[in-house]
Amino acid sequence: MADGGRIVVVDYHKGNLLSVARGLAEAGATAEVTDDTARIRAAAGVVLPGVGSFEDAMGYVRASGQDEALLDVMRAGVPFLGICLGLHLIFERGSECSPGTEWVRGLGLLPGSVTRLDAGRLKVPHVGWDQIHLTEHGRACPLFEGVPEGANVYFTHSFALAGDVGAAVVTARTHYARSFASAVWEDNVYGVQFHPEKSSAAGLKILSNFAGIVREREVRP
Amino acid sequence: MLTKRVIPCLDVKNGRVVKGVNFVGLVDAGDPVELARRYDAEGADEVVFLDITATSDERATTIGLASHAAEELRIPYAVGGGFRDVVSCRRMIAAGADKVCLNSAAVRDPSILARASAAFGSQAVVCAIDAKRVGRQDRWEVYLAGGREATGADAVAWAQKAARRGAGEILLTSMDRDGTKDGFDLALTRAVARAVPIPVIASGGVGTLEHFAEGICEGEADAVLAASVFHFGTFTIRQVKEYLASQGIPVRLDF
Repeated sequence: MADGGRIVVVDYHKGNLLSVARGLAEAGATAEVTDDTARIRAAAGVVLPGVGSFEDAMGYVRASGQDEALLDVMRAGVPFLGICLGLHLIFERGSECSPGTEWVRGLGLLPGSVTRLDAGRLKVPHVGWDQIHLTEHGRACPLFEGVPEGANVYFTHSFALAGDVGAAVVTARTHYARSFASAVWEDNVYGVQFHPEKSSAAGLKILSNFAGIVREREVRP
Repeated sequence: MLTKRVIPCLDVKNGRVVKGVNFVGLVDAGDPVELARRYDAEGADEVVFLDITATSDERATTIGLASHAAEELRIPYAVGGGFRDVVSCRRMIAAGADKVCLNSAAVRDPSILARASAAFGSQAVVCAIDAKRVGRQDRWEVYLAGGREATGADAVAWAQKAARRGAGEILLTSMDRDGTKDGFDLALTRAVARAVPIPVIASGGVGTLEHFAEGICEGEADAVLAASVFHFGTFTIRQVKEYLASQGIPVRLDF
């Protein structure tokens, strides 16, 4: 059963989640940071944040049983937001792994892979404020309601969604090193490559839209 | 297009801003988080807190500052100074810092860069380099302890090594220009920016609006950092960004 509008910020022990929780609270949501799978299953909304490496993160998520809990809530229609590494993990596979291995398996809810940005002429990591260009799907996406096309948001990453991610789920693209999907949406599952919790007013609007999506589902499940 | 970042830097000792701050409208000009919030509202793209405390008691205060900043800021921030090992970095990141700037610790044991980036991701690991020109040639040496300790290491070679070891950014300060208001050491900035595949933040010497633009265009820096021109209200962050935009440099103005 959904639990009083509470949004769980999933702690997988790979970084600091204070600003995500704080951003949600400022957006009017009740946020709880936890690694407890029972709390994840009982949440009205789930945010999977993250920095760090795909392999490390998946290792913890599997060992702790969070993988099943996350897949269950996503399949049950609970509003879900993956941020940065949290976006990567919902896809099939990532190439960020130890030498000798080619791919690490992700949660696999959505088809596609996560690969390193190519440091050719441009610097990698892709660090700083860059624009999100909304697709037609993105202009209809409730997460981006009131967020202008071309808004600047904060990125910090070396890996990004690859070209095998289905165009139908892409809500925004950003052009750096290559043109990559910087946001996706399918049903109740949302993901963003950038950090809304570090993206000033535009980021706060996105978190507040997510809180609104969670509230809406509570009222009309 | 990725915008160029403008970053104010705050020197902090025992939880208080120590370089002079002469800002109107601040209740407490010595409170780093209050000052950082002001910069956030003015359009700063990031903030750097440079911890210049020595004792462990003071260090605990800085961790308190990091968690207070996490509550108050809507932009990323880095904390630099005083890290000895990955454990001390972890404490700062757990308190809410987005990035740690490693300087002496990385020079003494470069493996800390690899260990920190494995633990937190390279995006969280900034290698800070204080460089001083050697003679009249375009050669710079790495200095530690605020310029008191020469290492003999070449700054460009060290930047390359730091990037290979896992640093995600270089914060490059010219010791010759720091505090002079003569502008960035453009040759140094360009030499490092061209030598590494990761972003470079130029620091040291800003006195005019033109200096910011030069650091980006001629120094080829990805970000420009300054302290006193902001603290003394010579320029607001917005003024700097509007100037850069007027020069055709992409900056974030939608804040």
